[in-house]
Amino acid sequence: MAGYQNILTQVQVRGPVELGIPLPVGQMSRDLKPWFSRLLGYFGNAQIGPIYLGTLGVISLICGFLAFEIIGLNMWASVNWNPIEFVRQLPWLSLQPPPPEYGLQILPPLDQGGWWLMAGFFMTTSVILWCIRTYVRARALGLGTHVAWAFAAAIWLMLVLGFIRPVLMGTWSEAVPFGIFPHLDWVGAFSIRYGNLFYNPFHCLSIVFLYGSTLLFAMHGATILAVSRYGGERELEQITDRGTASERAALFWRWTMGFNATMESIHRWAWWFAVLTPLAGGIGILITGTVVDDWHTWAVNHHYAFTE
Amino acid sequence: MALLSFERKYRVRGGTLLGGDLFDFWVGPFYVGFFGVTSVFFAVLGTALIIYGAALGPTWNIWRINISPPDMSYGLALAPFQEGGLWQAVTVCALGSFISWALREVEIARKLGIGLHVPFAYGVAIGAYFTLEVIRPVLMGAWGNAFPYGIFSHLEWVSNTGYKYVNFHYNPAHMIAVSFFFATTFALSLHGSLILSAVNPGKGQTVKTPEHEDTFFRDVMGYSIGTLGIHRLGLFLALSAGLWSAICIVISGPVWSQGWPEWWNWWRNLPIWG
Repeated sequence: MAGYQNILTQVQVRGPVELGIPLPVGQMSRDLKPWFSRLLGYFGNAQIGPIYLGTLGVISLICGFLAFEIIGLNMWASVNWNPIEFVRQLPWLSLQPPPPEYGLQILPPLDQGGWWLMAGFFMTTSVILWCIRTYVRARALGLGTHVAWAFAAAIWLMLVLGFIRPVLMGTWSEAVPFGIFPHLDWVGAFSIRYGNLFYNPFHCLSIVFLYGSTLLFAMHGATILAVSRYGGERELEQITDRGTASERAALFWRWTMGFNATMESIHRWAWWFAVLTPLAGGIGILITGTVVDDWHTWAVNHHYAFTE
Repeated sequence: MALLSFERKYRVRGGTLLGGDLFDFWVGPFYVGFFGVTSVFFAVLGTALIIYGAALGPTWNIWRINISPPDMSYGLALAPFQEGGLWQAVTVCALGSFISWALREVEIARKLGIGLHVPFAYGVAIGAYFTLEVIRPVLMGAWGNAFPYGIFSHLEWVSNTGYKYVNFHYNPAHMIAVSFFFATTFALSLHGSLILSAVNPGKGQTVKTPEHEDTFFRDVMGYSIGTLGIHRLGLFLALSAGLWSAICIVISGPVWSQGWPEWWNWWRNLPIWG
């Protein structure tokens, strides 16, 4: 009983590499000659590659690289190009958005947030192109476009933080700086400035979905591993032709909590919980400072906080 | 009867850890078992105590009902009922119910002949709760360090505890925990999306195969972890989120009692910088 929990793959089978479903005519070809990693094989698939880069992928990677370089070089410049200080101070270094006096100016001086705008532009372009890429790649294989739409939910939160809310507030200075500790400082200061974000109902919802997603993945991952001895990880097969793995997985939860998802519907629960995390979070950020100035006062007015 | 079409053949005797055949039966869709009885006992008692605490308290406003742990002055002693003793009783009930529930999951898993991953995973969550409400207060010498039971009162505890260490975001274990929470949600969205996109490819198209799943992820990012691997990864990420959450709070106070931003001075003061 205790001997077979399928935590790691014990016997790795090496067949010929899988080159993937043939692409429709008119597409570019896949790159990267596949190879195997024994270490990865203990946990998941051993095969690495191939990859389809394509025009969108290449432009996206270039934009992402440019954003990364602009941020990194600005940080390095901020310690007078001293390589040792750069490593030493790295977690504290930042690239800040323009100060308030520049409002929403498109081209403030480079050292007054101009670089920040440029890095933000390239990062946004990179991420949006990558999202379109997931859409195009899915269509090329005849798959639904669920990945792209879930990706779009995350982009919504990113745009609210770095673009939509600053535009509504009338200044780029409202946006998040680049940097490890600096972005954490921003989060802390934002919560204090607007009267504690814990009283923001959409922040509450976002956390519920974040923790809910973690709970769901723990439940789902554990359930599938528990029935992997019956082939439960072959979910597509179990959805279209229910086997004993699905039946046992369903009955486990039915007997435990009186309710069960199906092999397909658990993935709908998963998708919605994950997608609603940034969706609700984005709404919460968007209305902070634009609609509500002090969440504690708001909570007092709506009878879920007391004046102390 | 709340029986699924295929359910009857699975409803067999055995697999119990305790009680033999005594509680080996179902009520509606629920399996009972010895631990079902103890779980319900603790859950009902704990809920009744919370309702009683609400009746003693100043409000029936659901957002504001609050059961506080004993004052710091009681240390680790038992407190009078209305001054935190109620909280202590509720905590005992909660742990009794959670642990019973986990053991009941073990019995159900044994009955179905499946692995024990779910009760193990649930055990990690219980461990995090136990760390917050028992281990850390014991290490710090007073039940008053535990969080109160109430919807917004527990959020206020989180907020106040965070500011006690100036900026909790600088807690390295908190950083790791938050990263795991985000990573789990990210991975869940990708996994949910991939399955739905293969099963719902659009009107007139046939349902796709695991080869399509692997091809999609290899095309997009050069690697597909595979159908089994994604569930290992998901479980690992989710449990790591819970584990590091427990670590990040248990080191706040017992191990490090100043502000978390200062903790990072060791890095800036390493002798290697010259």
